[in-house]
Amino acid sequence: MSDNRLAIEVAGLVKTFGKTRAVDGVDLAVPAGGVYGVLGPNGAGKTTTIRILATLLAPDAGTVRVLGHDVVREADAIRARVSLTGQFASLDEDITGTENMILLARLLGFSRSGARERATELLTAFDLTEAAGRQVKTYSGGMRRRLDIAASIVVSPDLLFLDEPTTGLDPRSRNQVWDIVRALVAGGTTVLLTTQYLDEADQLADRIAVIEHGRVIAEGTSGELKARVGGGAVHVRLRDAERRPEAARLLTAVLGVPVELASDPVSLAATVSDAELVARGLTELTRSGFEITEFALGQPSLDEVFLALTGHHADADGGPGGRSEAAGAGLPAASATTKEPVA
Amino acid sequence: MTTASTNATSTEAAAGDAASTGAVADPAAAVATPFATPEPRTPAGGIDERVRAALSLRSRPARPSALSACVTFGWRALLRIKHVPEQLFDVTAFPIMMTLMFSYLFGGALAGSTDEYIQFFLPGILVATVIMITMYTGVGLNTDITKGVFDRIRSLPVWRPAALVGMMLGDAVRYTVAAVLVICLGLAIGFRPDGGVVGVVLGVLLLLLFAFSLAWVWNILGLVMRTPNAVMGASMMVLFPLTFGSNIYVDPETMPGWLQAAVDVNPISHLVTAVRGLMHDTVTAGQLGWVFLWCAILVAVFAPITMRLYARR
Repeated sequence: MSDNRLAIEVAGLVKTFGKTRAVDGVDLAVPAGGVYGVLGPNGAGKTTTIRILATLLAPDAGTVRVLGHDVVREADAIRARVSLTGQFASLDEDITGTENMILLARLLGFSRSGARERATELLTAFDLTEAAGRQVKTYSGGMRRRLDIAASIVVSPDLLFLDEPTTGLDPRSRNQVWDIVRALVAGGTTVLLTTQYLDEADQLADRIAVIEHGRVIAEGTSGELKARVGGGAVHVRLRDAERRPEAARLLTAVLGVPVELASDPVSLAATVSDAELVARGLTELTRSGFEITEFALGQPSLDEVFLALTGHHADADGGPGGRSEAAGAGLPAASATTKEPVA
Repeated sequence: MTTASTNATSTEAAAGDAASTGAVADPAAAVATPFATPEPRTPAGGIDERVRAALSLRSRPARPSALSACVTFGWRALLRIKHVPEQLFDVTAFPIMMTLMFSYLFGGALAGSTDEYIQFFLPGILVATVIMITMYTGVGLNTDITKGVFDRIRSLPVWRPAALVGMMLGDAVRYTVAAVLVICLGLAIGFRPDGGVVGVVLGVLLLLLFAFSLAWVWNILGLVMRTPNAVMGASMMVLFPLTFGSNIYVDPETMPGWLQAAVDVNPISHLVTAVRGLMHDTVTAGQLGWVFLWCAILVAVFAPITMRLYARR
């Protein structure tokens, strides 16, 4: 599947619910093979888009072709070749893991014994043997996710949709899901995943579309996007909250970028790409007698990406008022952060 | 294929999942991860290799037949009953309550004696209880839709009505449970059908057929309404006048003329007449014909509407 054909072609996709334009003119060109990431805050239109691509919702306008088939007229042909792992476990929680898997295998045409074999094989592969006989509602978040993905590959799909596969998972389960996604891609499946986390898109996706208010606001490889965003983010926590403004002034002077003051009264953050500059900033802080309790150099948060791409904070709920800087209801970081340019 | 040590770690991970979910939802935790340095990996037991091996299956078996898909969905309904037997409460408690309450409270007043009334009333209350619990089909569908499993089911390449038909087949099991309960209870308190076992069984089958046809109406409510409670409320609004405005409880001859006219065209009345006829061995082809006609109308009108809504949802 490593040819140059497009797995998904979307042009001018629109979907409205009442007065809300959940998807407002999305264009996508997803190459076959590899992982394509759709990055955006809650309510950006990610789930609606993925549901249309998986033939669960009919588009209001625009053309959508999945694996060469029209999503409205040839839905059945698409269903035969794609799988969807929804944002909330797409499983029957009242029955056991094994029963879920057998159910799906039977519906995909396996014989009774074939379905049982396939169920065992997949449950073993996904480390779920011990939990196989328990009701799914007793599973932990990570186990549920694994079972959910296992259910999606009963017959290996050509294209797999993963809607926020790691939201709410602990780091270990998240790593497992990432390993699984990489294995799927190595096996020849194209994966389209949505996420709220830049580091997830960065780790997994070959190309990323950033989506907000139902529109694609940026698209490219992770490297291309980072070049636009500015690479990394430094987070510093001080011991003394009262000295924060002073520390912010110093750090701004060294880094040459505005420093963000989050709601956490001892926290400072800035978007920088040069690790050496950060080291110098930290040295300066220590030398000037600031006590640093914690610091981290990491990926910019989704909010910082949006700030860099659009000049405003990521905003979950849309609407005309939503575009102002202060309104950011979606992410805790967004609503709590005030941008304060320091002289 | 897994060593003992990896098994141990995976169990720990499972326990850890549950314990630490709250803490990691914090986006700050993700930000704090060092830039470009992946977290130290605990040996994952080669989950990626095993997944890759499990992926080898790329050829798809032949699509299951419509019947096989329906049966599989019916099996799912039975599994749900097995795991959540509480859901049988409505089909057991309600029929027992209705049968006893009406027989003893109203029997004497309506037909002179409980014993006489039960001969007239039992087929009627059987119909009433089963018809009342058909509304749980819509309630169940509505509940199902709000869960993620519905998306997966709808994205499968199977005969589209199979999920609904299978659910309704599972419901037929519930109806049968209720019907058997009511009949056994009736026999215990003096119901003596002239039609014998054959008449009673045929009566129940006719009732099941009608219940299956009527359930399509509740499917529509289940697909259109927002909450299971709303579905229940709306179904009640239809079912109460439909069951009470029939010949279930009393002989319509005591009613005013206009009401008699309404009762006479009520499909429930036709059904009750035919079920009574089968159980007491007095049924006519005309009585059966009416019921089959109503079943055909219900399915022909409401099944296509349901499928349209189902596809759009």
